[in-house]
Amino acid sequence: MKKRTLLSAGALALIGTLAAGSAMAASTLETVKARGHLQCGVTTGLPGFSQPDDKGHWTGIDVDTCRAVAAAVFGDSKKVEFTPLTAKERFTALQSGEIDVLSRNTTWTLTRDASLGLNFAGVNYYDGQGFLVSKKLGVDDASQLDGATICVQAGTTTELNLADYFRAKGMKFNPLVFDSSEQTVTGFANGRCDVLTSDRSQLAALRSKLADPGSAKILPNVISKEPLGPVVRQGDDPWFSIVKWSLFTQVNAEELGITMDNADKMKKADNPNVQRLLGTDGDLGEKLGLSADFGYNIVTQVGNYGEMYNRNVGPDTPLGLDRGINALWTEGGIMYAPPLR
Amino acid sequence: MNQTDPAPKQSNRRPWNDPRVRSIAFQVIAIAAVLWGGWSLFQNTLANMESRGISTGFGFLDQTAGFGIIMSLIPYDSTMTYGRTFVVGLLNTLLVSGLGIIAATILGFIVGVARLSHNWLVSRLALVFVETLRNIPLLLQIFFWYFAVLQNLPSPRQSLGLGELIELNNRGLYFPAPVTEPGFGWVIGAFVVAIVAAYGIHRWAKKRQLKTGQLFPAFRVGLGIVIALPLVVYALAGAPLGWDLPHLQGFNFTGGMTIIPELAALWFALSIYTASFIAEIVRAGILSVSRGQTEAANALGLHSGLTLRLVVIPQAMRVIIPPLTSQYLNLMKNSSLATAVGYPDLVSVFMGTTLNQTGQAVEVVAITMGVYLTISLVISALMNLYNRAVALQER
Repeated sequence: MKKRTLLSAGALALIGTLAAGSAMAASTLETVKARGHLQCGVTTGLPGFSQPDDKGHWTGIDVDTCRAVAAAVFGDSKKVEFTPLTAKERFTALQSGEIDVLSRNTTWTLTRDASLGLNFAGVNYYDGQGFLVSKKLGVDDASQLDGATICVQAGTTTELNLADYFRAKGMKFNPLVFDSSEQTVTGFANGRCDVLTSDRSQLAALRSKLADPGSAKILPNVISKEPLGPVVRQGDDPWFSIVKWSLFTQVNAEELGITMDNADKMKKADNPNVQRLLGTDGDLGEKLGLSADFGYNIVTQVGNYGEMYNRNVGPDTPLGLDRGINALWTEGGIMYAPPLR
Repeated sequence: MNQTDPAPKQSNRRPWNDPRVRSIAFQVIAIAAVLWGGWSLFQNTLANMESRGISTGFGFLDQTAGFGIIMSLIPYDSTMTYGRTFVVGLLNTLLVSGLGIIAATILGFIVGVARLSHNWLVSRLALVFVETLRNIPLLLQIFFWYFAVLQNLPSPRQSLGLGELIELNNRGLYFPAPVTEPGFGWVIGAFVVAIVAAYGIHRWAKKRQLKTGQLFPAFRVGLGIVIALPLVVYALAGAPLGWDLPHLQGFNFTGGMTIIPELAALWFALSIYTASFIAEIVRAGILSVSRGQTEAANALGLHSGLTLRLVVIPQAMRVIIPPLTSQYLNLMKNSSLATAVGYPDLVSVFMGTTLNQTGQAVEVVAITMGVYLTISLVISALMNLYNRAVALQER
């Protein structure tokens, strides 16, 4: 926990020193290719987003976002290694070069974009903060939470939104701050806190971890905007583009109706947009410094955005989250990607 | 050169052959190299962080923090600055360290003496205490107290209460807070007067004992005065003290004073763990005083209590103090495990939330390390002062 923060800070200082004379060392793309795998920062365990199973195999939307980058870079989505990070550790780990991409339920904010030396490479899930309460309390609305003890994870925008919300409403609260989301669930399950607050998607995931998920409910209030997405270091624009367009490719693939199963058939389609995405026409891959079939690799190995969503958090999973605002813009949502051309 | 006159030989020696000049020169070079190394490390770090677009500097301390903290010894809310969060965290660290040092010392001395008891049961119990607790990792002990003991207390609505005064539940221990009313100053004044009087009696009794050999129970009389005088004044002033009782309101108890379970778990674990080490230090200290000293004191007619107080303990302290200092330092540094149970200490608040919200890892980590270094040096300096007072005076 704090040891890693210390280590990373030390590493940051050291890298700062070593990189002194040699200007900018190798680009991230070269480093990743030379290493043979992508190093991706994820959560320490959050169902639907990044969670290891009993065999150490990671699944989730954030995990698949990294797999898509690996598929684009290597043509092999398996060439990723995952670094579990707490919210507190994540930015230092990325700044110090310990990881290449941070894909860890991270909210895009101005401060993070402008002062941490980081770039947000798009949004893979539009979220908002909510409250999980025990049904026993008989609370139906967040405005009834005056004086409550609230479990929250350290180092998140959640911590700030929570304070803002209660201040705006003129209510009091006791924030109980834990390092990991598992600890917040334990605190909530043991009754140490009345309320667990987090992004609403996380609340659904954390609720599924309770011994009796039916004993708790998510309040209807959404108190913030939480656009979550992958993050890279500033100062390496080609790499920034690769991560950005890996995600855009998945969204565009869904829009064009290309799926894991029909990608091979679609290669012969007449639609030039489909041909460009799958690399049978044009040189989009080359422009990014990737192979021509990077889009084909992403779609066949990881799937389009909709497949990724349904597999990890969709209605048929334990989380059971409807697409909501994460539906494509053509279907009433706000998931929209710039054109591949 | 001839050997008739040594002086010119001295002056004729080349400076780089003079061992004194050489050693000074090498030291200057070494210091310069270290300073240059440190400076370039600092400059390069700054320059590179700037080129990567990472904010630097200490300006963030004046920015609004915007997050809440569950426990603070000074007024704090989310509109205050990151600098304030630093002070809140620091005070919480000092609080748990101070409480821990006091409790560990008392418990450690009791167990250490019990370990030497002639009573078989008492000494075995002390042995089991020491051998069990110093061999279980501290983090596990903190988890034990927090998750196994304190979180299993009833919820606030089923709170264990003692009358209306004290409430115990899984949100903490709630007890009445004193609220002073006008006239309470007299009671404080009486308390100060009583302490001065007790000290005077102590001096007088000592002088009389040296002169006449007669003993006077100065401690008991002094204690009596310190307790009785403020109480009498309190009654005369019309009981100028109100109590703010804890009461259930909404989800939690409000009013009164609270010890949150995070603090209690950390405090218990730190005190008990460190006490098991202190017990062994105390035992070693007492055993280091040779038996002859006790026997000589007995031969002079001192009873066993006086022997312990006047002969054995002063000599044992010389052995006890130096290792005791390092136990205090350990306890203070171990308090940073607070973050594991969510107690808002310096590491949790400042190196956790503040670091993450500002992203200024290098500055925050540097400040935090500086603080721990300073606290450690202060504890160390105080203990060294005390050690000098009890050390063997060489004449």
